Amino acid sequence: MSCLDTIQSYALRSIGIGERLLPRSDFTLCEQVTLIGSGLIWNVYFGAVALALGFTLATGVALAKNARSPWLRKPAEWFVFVFRGSPLFIQFFLFYEAFVLLPKAGIEIFGFTAETRWLTRAWAGALIVLFLNTSAYSAEIFYGALRSIPRGDIEAADAYGLTGWPRFRRILWPSMLRLAWPAYTNEAIFLFHATTLVFFSSFPAWQQRGDALYYANYFADKTFNPFIPYPILAGYFILLTLIIITLFGMANRRLNRHLPQERRQKIRFRPQVIR
Amino acid sequence: MADRPRHQIRMPPDPMFAYCADPDTLQGLAWASCYLTTGKHLAFYASFGTVLVLLAVTAPVALAFGFGGAMAARSHFPPLRWFGKGYTAIVRGVPDIAFFLFFVIALDQGIEWLRHQVKCPDWDQPVRQGNDFVVCAQAKMPLSTSPQWVHETYGFGLAVITFAIVFGAFAANVLYGAMRSVPHAQIETAEAYGMTRRQATWRILVPQMWIYALPGLSNLWMILIKATPLLFLLGVEDIVYWARELGGQKTSIYAYPHPDWRLWYFVALLVFYLGLTRLSEIALARLTRRLSHGQATLAGEEMRRAGA
Repeated sequence: MSCLDTIQSYALRSIGIGERLLPRSDFTLCEQVTLIGSGLIWNVYFGAVALALGFTLATGVALAKNARSPWLRKPAEWFVFVFRGSPLFIQFFLFYEAFVLLPKAGIEIFGFTAETRWLTRAWAGALIVLFLNTSAYSAEIFYGALRSIPRGDIEAADAYGLTGWPRFRRILWPSMLRLAWPAYTNEAIFLFHATTLVFFSSFPAWQQRGDALYYANYFADKTFNPFIPYPILAGYFILLTLIIITLFGMANRRLNRHLPQERRQKIRFRPQVIR
Repeated sequence: MADRPRHQIRMPPDPMFAYCADPDTLQGLAWASCYLTTGKHLAFYASFGTVLVLLAVTAPVALAFGFGGAMAARSHFPPLRWFGKGYTAIVRGVPDIAFFLFFVIALDQGIEWLRHQVKCPDWDQPVRQGNDFVVCAQAKMPLSTSPQWVHETYGFGLAVITFAIVFGAFAANVLYGAMRSVPHAQIETAEAYGMTRRQATWRILVPQMWIYALPGLSNLWMILIKATPLLFLLGVEDIVYWARELGGQKTSIYAYPHPDWRLWYFVALLVFYLGLTRLSEIALARLTRRLSHGQATLAGEEMRRAGA
């Protein structure tokens, strides 16, 4: 089988399109590169969707944590503490077991039957965990940024008579994002790295449709040779990291475009290992 | 390690309390007290100790690796400097879990290959045969004849080294930054007093760098705590392993039948980790206060003013 054939059969294998059976012996380099790259689709899906949804919740939680009323502040503080203070790996297990315990037939709500089966699948269940986890981490970043908005900005808003929603939308929110953006970029990178945990916690890789690490581990187990699949995986992730840095850097330039050149914040990539 | 006997049959130990001899007759609190003190549960409690031992062993080893890496990165000898810089750069951009999975196999095969070279010099077959990694029987690590605890200790040792390599790279990054944060005037003063570069490093730089390194190191400690459940992936019988094992549904052929309780076991693990995080936060806050004492930083200056 030529390399082009391999790409045709396996490039979309991780989402169930193409050849059904995984290669079993005589693994070629092309097969490894193709399948691991195919698995990367899942990493991008988990990372991108969790990040997009988490952004909204994180803003809400950060505002709640900054609120004066304890009814808003306390739940937000606990949410952040629980999800930041415990390992993501344990959170995956915990949520999976909770989803498994839900009644198989679905839950009756106002006469409708809500399906629960899909929650035990990785595409929904793991996504929920990642969404909550990244919300907590981002909320802490946004909260820190909210606290460090220059006092002059707020005084200026008051002087212009801005209150409530317009004050938040036009003054607080843009400043918060601008201050939080470098840290938020790192959070995004590590969220993408954390997506590799999904298929190593309880969530099953249905019909062997897994993520990049799942396939890399498959090859390492079959060939008993870790020196080929893991460097391939590493290459893919370095590429993914560079793409994220580029995209977030563009957003960063837009957020900082009103500032004089020397006051603009540069994004520095600071490594953080595991959540 | 590939063919080690994973689960040998062990005789169930005697129950802790005499009244636990016949579990079917027990009810309520008595049942719970017997259930929670079975041999497997005691192994579960001991595995919390495994996590703490891992933390206690890995943290200093990783710090030593990191210190070595940071010193190498500052070296004036280029190959050593490239090694140090390369080491700190290695773990960036790649998910650490990939490193965990990689290093355990790579280390295991590396050790066995070295032993193979030494112990069986007249072996003529290649080590890699297709999909197999074949070394002579004397080079197996540990020997297939050795008892179960040797296998378990060896697996745990590999895990510790793997953790230390990965976290050492991060610690090296933090310490390298901390060494550059120590005010340059301090080193210049030392050299003005006639100290050599080595003396200035050991007597002036190293004692002062810790306060600059502390925020990064405490962050790293929190991350290390949260990385410990990955022991499960490395094949060590840790708390995740036991929680899955004990929580799973037990039919009436078992002494203590119960439905699927894995959720509650994982809630217990969650609480354990939250407690560990909270304790660490408090301890690190105290350590920061102590290390700030007498330092040329804002916090140190405030403490000096308060004292005066």
